[in-house]
Amino acid sequence: MSLQKFILKRILASVPVLFGVSVVTFALMHITPGDIVDQLVAANPNVPAHESARLRREFGLDQPVWVQYLNWIQGVLTGDFGEVYSSSRDVSSVVLARLPETIILGLFGWVFAVLIAIPGGIYAAVNKDQLGDDVSRFVALSGISIPNFWLGLMLMAIFAVRLDWFPTLDPQTSLLSPSMLWWLILPGVTIGTAAAANMMRIMRTSMAEELNKEYVTAARAKGLPERTVILKHVLRNSLISVTTVAAFLTASIVAGSVVVETVFGWPGLGLELIQAVHLREINLILAITLFTGFFIVLANLLADIVYALLDPRIRDEY
Amino acid sequence: MALLEVNDLTVSFYTQEGVVTAVDDLSYTIERGEKFGVVGESGAGKSVTALSLLRLIESPGEIESGEILLDGEDLLQMSDSEVRQIRGNRIAMIFQDAQTALNPVYTIGEQIAEAIRHHLDYDEEDARERTIELLDQVGIPDAENRYSDYPHEFSGGMQQRAVIAMALSCDPDVLIADEPTTALDVTTEAKILDLLEDLTDEFDTAVQLITHDLGVVAELCDRVMVMYAGQAVEKAPVEELYYDPKHPYTVGLMSSIPRVGDDSDRLRTIPGSMPDLIDTPTGCSFHPRCPYAEEACTRTEPSMIDVGNGPDAREQSARCLEYTNDLQHGLGFDVSIDEDLSERVPGDLHE
Ligand SMILES: Nc1ncnc2c1ncn2[C@@H]1O[C@H](COP(=O)(O)OP(=O)(O)OP(=O)(O)O)[C@@H](O)[C@H]1O
Ligand SMILES: [Mg+2]
Repeated sequence: MSLQKFILKRILASVPVLFGVSVVTFALMHITPGDIVDQLVAANPNVPAHESARLRREFGLDQPVWVQYLNWIQGVLTGDFGEVYSSSRDVSSVVLARLPETIILGLFGWVFAVLIAIPGGIYAAVNKDQLGDDVSRFVALSGISIPNFWLGLMLMAIFAVRLDWFPTLDPQTSLLSPSMLWWLILPGVTIGTAAAANMMRIMRTSMAEELNKEYVTAARAKGLPERTVILKHVLRNSLISVTTVAAFLTASIVAGSVVVETVFGWPGLGLELIQAVHLREINLILAITLFTGFFIVLANLLADIVYALLDPRIRDEY
Repeated sequence: MALLEVNDLTVSFYTQEGVVTAVDDLSYTIERGEKFGVVGESGAGKSVTALSLLRLIESPGEIESGEILLDGEDLLQMSDSEVRQIRGNRIAMIFQDAQTALNPVYTIGEQIAEAIRHHLDYDEEDARERTIELLDQVGIPDAENRYSDYPHEFSGGMQQRAVIAMALSCDPDVLIADEPTTALDVTTEAKILDLLEDLTDEFDTAVQLITHDLGVVAELCDRVMVMYAGQAVEKAPVEELYYDPKHPYTVGLMSSIPRVGDDSDRLRTIPGSMPDLIDTPTGCSFHPRCPYAEEACTRTEPSMIDVGNGPDAREQSARCLEYTNDLQHGLGFDVSIDEDLSERVPGDLHE
């Protein structure tokens, strides 16, 4: 089976998953008490009851849940994600406006994680049970244990407030300008730390395991320099298990973005989601959840492709 | 000067239970083009000896002392980069299980070619050509296409052929084969051994063949070393070892080869097992299992004594107190030669 076919198959397979995600989110939104109208009314107690009822009718919220769902999914299938009730804006335009912010932040976190984790893991595995390994394990364990909201606040307090090295308020520059990097570093590091720590531990374990295999002795017996043995023969094998976990870590980065964007006031989808939940903006919540789900599916797909590129035994199975 | 000369090699592993002396004061030589067999039970130190020749003993192991002279140059005195010049180039190794010795994520061809590029300074294209030639020589059909196959696309026998091609790629002086056929079925084993014999004859490569199988030794080797608990207990030309073994352990090993049509009482294995290498017995390390052990054996450690007799016999030596006349009752074994075995020995020394 060719790679294209494989990719197509995986994308098609993700459709039921995304469908399930939408059903669950929809159900959860209706189980929790209160809706957008309650929120709007709460802000202004003078609204008469018939006015609320009129609003519900206008938004279609008076219909049975399954009708509401069918209406919604019908829209989605034609590319219409509905509107944001409180501002009458198109949900898709809101999501598209916020999406790049989150993608850039997540990517930065990812790159940071990989840049720390891979060399760190290699170093720890090669110097297993020595001082450097102990130190890196301590750092990794701390990275995993520290909650990211706390880490974000600490980084902000030390590097932005006390030392004044980085700006903190939300960026006024365009997203792709180089000076954006200054705004990105603190939230990016915050979001990437846990992933870096997790990945580093896996890298260390998997490389240490690979180092005990006979093909390593065989490679050394060929007279190859240690650099080649590690960076050519062992690394590629070790990355196979890291890739498997990397897809999970993407989910954790996405989840982390909600917290980190809130802490840093980063205008991405995570921040938008929090506000949407407060206001019970159901269309917006559904759209963001779907997008997130889609990205995680995409990340898994990417991981599978990398996996196949790294390991010929897997490639044969496609 | 011998091609390879190992003098008083001692290798220890510093484990949590204690110091394991896996190779203990071992000496032997291999001549250019010679086929040298190493036999002994599991745990005798055969693989550790082999890895020492490439200086590939890893922590917690350590080469404690001795010399490994290749053409008179001591490997143990060389820098790491000097040793790397020798590995795979002048001393190459074939591992027991080709499947684990091959890296699953690189093609067979690449894994052979990289050594050629590294040692012989070939460019990409020339290395590829030589690799295909080698694959062809070891009997892999359609070598040009199989070059880009991955190890999992090869059968066990083919993998071992590829590993042999890899080992021979830089035309080494010494080839160490550590039980090269134990992972294979009997028919494949015979083919691989033939191949190994043909190629090493053709290139005049010296071979150190490690095996459990005395039959294989009889077929392939010129001289044999019998190892027990990290030491050589007997060294002899293959004919002498079969027809006139000098050490009780060798005799025991011989009688443990099962043969068709044997009386059942000749099929016995040596009772007992190898001693703990952390706390080896005093005196002769074989004495707890030796049917001829006397009180002296528990106290005095025997040394390697030349025992060769007859003008034709090449050097034969054994490590037993008998040969320093320290045994009161002597060794009471008789060696009966059976026809099966004599047919297997390609010798010209016996009548
Ligand atoms: N990495 C290690 N750590 C501790 N002890 C070791 C290590 N490698 C080998 N040894 C010890 O060295 C001794 C000799 O091992 P070796 O592998 O050389 O035996 P062998 O003769 O090759 O046996 P086999 O026929 O089973 O391959 C064994 O007692 C083993 O316990
Ligand atoms: Mg062994």
